[in-house]
Formats: sequence, structure tokens, C-alpha cells
Amino acid sequence: MREHGQPITTPGLVIPDPVNYDIGREKVVETDSDLRTEEMLINMGPQHPSTHGVLRVMLRTDGELILEATPHIGYLHRCAEKIGENVQYHQFVPYTDRFDYLAAMNNNLAYAMAVEKLAGIEAPKRAQYIRVIVAELNRIASHLVMFGTYGLDMGAFTPFIYGFRERELILDLFEAACGARLTYSYVTIGGVREDLPEGWVRKAGEFLDYFQPKIKEYNDLLSYNQIFIKRTANVGVIPADRAIAYGLSGPVLRGSGVKWDLRKATPDLVYDQLEFDICVGEGRMGQVGDSWDRYFVRILEMVQSARIVRQALAKLPSGDYRAKVPRLLKPPPGEVYYETENPRGQLGFYIVSDGSPVPYRLKARGPSFCNLSILNEVAKDCLLGDIPAILGSIDVVMGEVDR
Amino acid sequence: MIAHIDYIPFFSWPEWLEGLIVMIAVYLPFVCLVAMFGIWWERKVSADIQSRHGPMRTGRWHGWAQSPADGLKLLAKEDLIPVAADRPLFRLAPYLSFVPAFAALVVLPFSARFIFVDMPISVVFLFGILALEVLGVILAGWASNSKWALYGAMREACQIVSYEIPLGLSILVPALAAGTLSLAAIGEQQGGGLHQWLAFRNPFLFVSCFVFFIATLADCKRSPFDLPESESELVAGYHVEYSGMRWVMFFFAEYAVMYILSAVACMLYLGAWYDPFGIVLWMEKAGYVWSSAVIGAGIIIVKAFTLVYVQMWLRWTLPRLRIDQVLSTCVKVLLPLACVNLIGAALWSWLVPAGWAQLAVQVLLTVIGTGGFLFFVGVLVRAMLSRRQGLRLTLLTPWHAIPVAEPPPGPEPASNG
Repeated sequence: MREHGQPITTPGLVIPDPVNYDIGREKVVETDSDLRTEEMLINMGPQHPSTHGVLRVMLRTDGELILEATPHIGYLHRCAEKIGENVQYHQFVPYTDRFDYLAAMNNNLAYAMAVEKLAGIEAPKRAQYIRVIVAELNRIASHLVMFGTYGLDMGAFTPFIYGFRERELILDLFEAACGARLTYSYVTIGGVREDLPEGWVRKAGEFLDYFQPKIKEYNDLLSYNQIFIKRTANVGVIPADRAIAYGLSGPVLRGSGVKWDLRKATPDLVYDQLEFDICVGEGRMGQVGDSWDRYFVRILEMVQSARIVRQALAKLPSGDYRAKVPRLLKPPPGEVYYETENPRGQLGFYIVSDGSPVPYRLKARGPSFCNLSILNEVAKDCLLGDIPAILGSIDVVMGEVDR
Repeated sequence: MIAHIDYIPFFSWPEWLEGLIVMIAVYLPFVCLVAMFGIWWERKVSADIQSRHGPMRTGRWHGWAQSPADGLKLLAKEDLIPVAADRPLFRLAPYLSFVPAFAALVVLPFSARFIFVDMPISVVFLFGILALEVLGVILAGWASNSKWALYGAMREACQIVSYEIPLGLSILVPALAAGTLSLAAIGEQQGGGLHQWLAFRNPFLFVSCFVFFIATLADCKRSPFDLPESESELVAGYHVEYSGMRWVMFFFAEYAVMYILSAVACMLYLGAWYDPFGIVLWMEKAGYVWSSAVIGAGIIIVKAFTLVYVQMWLRWTLPRLRIDQVLSTCVKVLLPLACVNLIGAALWSWLVPAGWAQLAVQVLLTVIGTGGFLFFVGVLVRAMLSRRQGLRLTLLTPWHAIPVAEPPPGPEPASNG
């Protein structure tokens, strides 16, 4: 790893010149024959089935061949960071739900941990276990959506329904815990908002019993399907050094074979007391770091998350579910940057406090945003049909890219 | 040939009238019924595969009225033509797509008795007229003046043009074995039981049957070859700008062609309108003209819909190929196979005499084919029996059934400051 304070050197990284950026101009391609061909500019999005939201990718194409793919973002910008500078610390929690709306628990968690670190609060043990349980369940739910939509991107409709069938049960569990199915605001500063209801632990255990055999079904249906492998293996290969250079994180980084997971590297909560493995791409179907690897890392992570939840459910202690936190929280002046491992990568919050009830500055590092930055490099010289394969395997959530 | 052209009823008034009436009263409703049933059935099949119910409300019984209801809704929709579109071509394209599907049915026999036009070259006519459908698709893509539609049309053009070749060669193989290009005459040769079906006549015909089926998948743009309208890449491909009734034309054409090509596959390879045990042939010979004709028509419709079911099954199971993979599959696999089949079948009929060796091969292939068929039926039956498993959501303990015997929740939580 890079030493602190060292400059970041990324050999071969070309930062596009914003002035002479030649996207937006259609070039006439000179050929030897009488045929005169023209490049075509085509907007993929903002309304497109496989851009997963309101991403616009501007494609410069030569027939089916992609010469350049430039993501244009901002269609879902809601000024979340600016809002963060105008609301109190507790009030910002619901806004974090809207970042990565498929993993709201994890967003809540990252924000709550950052503020706790700033204000010097420690959540009780039971709260920490509950946080781990809901965060890992939400990771499963989020990866199930990825599994389903990736199948959909590849033209297989059925995995989508299968993934959502199981996700529904997780949403039921969350609904029982906090009343919401998508925007939970369950993990708050100092713990969790409410204790788990009676019977919840048993229901969660039943869900795991039901869910774990389903992984084989997913693999039979999609992962080991020959057409699916042909579509995704060796497509959109991200070598490990490029992945690090672009600041990728999460399954996209691990898919490139980099064994880096914040839950292991800087274990917070109770992750150091639970057994699980970091899953990395091994290039089983093609090269290391291809789309299939990135996809399969998520399948493996679902297994590991289920393993974590099972252990945490068994160890769940009794006690307080929330620490004593004043309603009007005034952290001492200072700054903090805290990252946690979200389903899509490292979600970080940088918060500056001036001692007042509202943050002086609140900045979020969205993993989807950083992961999306590699699209142009990877999508170059591939075919039009590969764009959904690459975009789907990077798995961005536009709510987090634009914030 | 000339005599048969005379038969096409255009020269004398009463026959023309008769033809028109049969067309309007029988064939048009039949095409529409097939398409509507196909659409409803596809929804039910996909629902079954995805552990859903599909349409259940419209018309009470399993949503049987979903297709007519959708049709009514689409009929009432606004007829949109994009400003930038080429208006006359945009309007023409759906008909160019639908009419060939309708016209192809004219030469398709239902049984020895139910043949509207019995041409000696009906196979050639059928595939000639079906090839016109691609014209409508390309026209639609071009006239829409949308880049996505254009992509769909170009994909359709190169896909269909390349798959027409193995398809055409696979048609020639049974035609060669049967010694005729008339669908009815090819059908009539397959009556005497399962081993007489053309697919089981020799190994080359057997392989050719699969080549033909795969080529038909590509020809009617079904998954895994549904690139011209691939939703996740091209939004909807060539019909992205169409809505209302014009879109219905494309939709109907797709399902009609699906049925027609399946029926042709049955005609050419899978025993036409005969049952596997030679009963229909016996009835024909014994003089039960009408009853054998009706039963035969029922048999071929059932067979064709079985193949349609396989197409749907594939669609809801498999992902989609990429355009270069589609083309390389055609050029590197299907085309050589089709050529080998054609030459092999020709050599076979020249070298292998009709005797015990021929019969032994027929019986062997019949056993293999039947075994494969039964295997897949077994897979289906097993899936149906274990269908409850997929719906196990309801088997988890409901909340109210969980006894209140959890560990105590601990001390009173901290108040909010």
C-alpha cells in the first residue's frame, strides 16, 4: 500500500483535456476504399433500460464498435452535501437513505459512525451487533438486485424475478424492524433507532435457512450459463493496478483480484469477532478483473454475508440498543473522515464541525461515483452489446453518483 | 407448374370470391387467434418459470381475456408518428411485416384435406414470402429516424441474411429425402408411425432438424437471438418509435411467424399431421376422410405449439448473445453443419438401400429422439411437481405464529437527551 503523504503516481493515466475534448464531434473516417463511413454519436440514456437510473453515456460509435463512452452525470443531483450543511446532525440521517437507495442501512451506518467518531460517542454492544446484522442483510439485498439486473442486462429475464423474490423477504425483515422498506433511517447516531421486535431473530434465521440453498440455483441459472459466460468473461477487463489508480473500491476492486475489504483492513463494529473471508476475482472464466469476476465476487459475498449474519444472530447480546445522545448534538470543533464498506464500495463521510449544531462542511465519497470513472477506459473498443455488460458489472446507483 | 398457377384463384370470378371469403373468414381470424393465444400463453409460461401467476384477473379464468383487452387498449391509443420520421414508409412498414406472415399461412397444410393452395413449390414460396418480413423491419428502423431503431434494423438485416442460408439448406435436406418441394407431399410421406418421420430417416436429417430449429429461432428474432429488439441494449430496437396498432402489427407478426415456422418444422421433420402410431394414416386409408382431416389438423397445431413452448422456454431461461457471437455461430457452426447435412443426406439416399440397415438406423434414431423428448418432458414434470418450492415464501413462519419467548430486551433504552 501507498505510504501516507506519498504522491499518487498512476502511470499511463490520461486525464482528458476539458477544452479540446473531442466528444461531441462526429469524425469522417478515411478509408482506402470508396466507402465513406461516419462515426455516430448516440446518447445512451438518461432514459435507457440498462443505465440503471438516469445516467447518460455518450457513445461515439463506428457501427457496433464503441470508440468512446463518456458518462454524463448530474440528472439526480439533489444537493445532499449542501443540505448537510444546513440541517442538524440527526436530521441528515434520512438524506443518507437516498444516497445508495438499495443499501440505505449501510449509508446510515457510514454517516452514523462518522458522526460518532466526531462526537466521541460509542454505540452499545447490542447496537453494534444489530448494525452488523442489518448492514450485512442489506448487502445481500443489494447484491440480489445486482444479480437480477445484471441478468436483465444480459437478456435473461428470470434471474431478476428470482433475485427480487428473495430480496422481498429481507425487506419484510427490515419493515418489521423499522417500518420502512427502502429508506430505513434505522441506524442512527449512537445506535439504532428501535430495538428488534420479538421473533425477529428467529425470522432472520429462517430466512438464512431459506436463502443459502438458493445460491446454487442462481449459479445454475446464470453464473455458469455458457451464453452468460461468453457475454461477460474477458469483457471489460480492469487490471489490478488500474483499479487502484482509479480509486475503485468494493466488489469492483476485489473483482480485479485486490484483496482489500475495510471490514478486514480496519475492522469497526464487531467485524473482528466474526469469521468471514474476503472474496476476490480469480479469472475462473477468463482474465482476472473481467465482468464475470466482478459479478461472481458479489455472489460469493452473499454467501459470506449470510455467514456473518448467522454468527452475529447467535452472538447477539442483550442490553441497550442506543447510547445516550443529546437530541441537539454539538460535536466539538474538529474534522473527521470515516469510511465503511458498502455493498458498492467504500462510502466515506468527511465532516467538519465548528461546534455548532450543524456541520460546517459535509462531504461524501460515493463509491459508485468513483467506480463509474473507469467506464471510458474499459468501454473503449468494445461492442455496443458489451456496454450493458460493463456498466452492469460496475453496478452504479445513480442516487449515490449524483447525490 | 402452370396448371397450379391457374389454381391460384385470380382468373374466374367465383373462385376469386371463394378465395376471398376463405381468407377473411378463416385465415385472418386464425392468424389473429394464434397470435393472441401465443401472447397470452407466453405470459403464462414466463410466469410459471418465474414463480409468478401472470395475468389472473382479466376474464376471470386465468386471465384468458388479457390479449383482447390489451388489443382494445392499444386500439384506443394515440397514433404517434415522430416528426422526423419518413411518414409514408413509417406507415407502410408494419404491413410489410405482417402481410408476409399472413401470406405464408396460405400454403401451410393443416392435414391432407385442409390445404388452401397446394403448390408444387410451396416450400420455396413459403420461405420466399417469409423473407419479405425483414424488409418491413428494416424499413421500420430506417423510417423511424432514430439511431436505436436503425441499430435494430441493421442487426436484423445482417442476422436474417446470414441465418437464411442455413435455414434454406436445412429445408433442402428433407425436400431431398422426400423428393419433392411441396409441403403437402412431404407431409404425406411421414404417416406410417414414428420411425417414418423425416427427422428419424437418417442421421443427417436428425442433425438437420436441430440446425433448422436454431435457425428458426434466429429467423423469428427469439431469444437467444433477439438482438434486433434487445431491450437492454437497443431499448426496443426497430419498433422503438411505434405505438398503438402499428406496434401490434409487429407483435402479431412475431407470434404468427413463431407459429408458422414451428408448424413448418413439424411439416418437414416431425411427422406433419400424423400421430406417432400411424392411426391417422390408417383412418385416411380406411376412408374416414373428414374425421382424419380434423384430427390431423389438431395434431399439427398441438405439435407446432409444443415447439412454440420450447421457444418460450428458451427465451425465459437464456441470456442473449452478442452480435459477433450470433454471426460466428451462424458462419462457423450452423453453415458448415447445414452443408454437411445436405451432402450427407444426398449421399445417404444414394448409397444406403432401403432395407434392414435403413430400418435399423431409423429405429435407433427414433429411440434417441423419443428418449430426448421424454427426458425433457420429465424435467418439466419434475419442475411442475416441485413448483411449490419456488413459492416457499409463504412457508416461513408468519409473525403471529412466533411464540413470545425471546430473551428479555434488556434495560430500558436511553431517552433522547
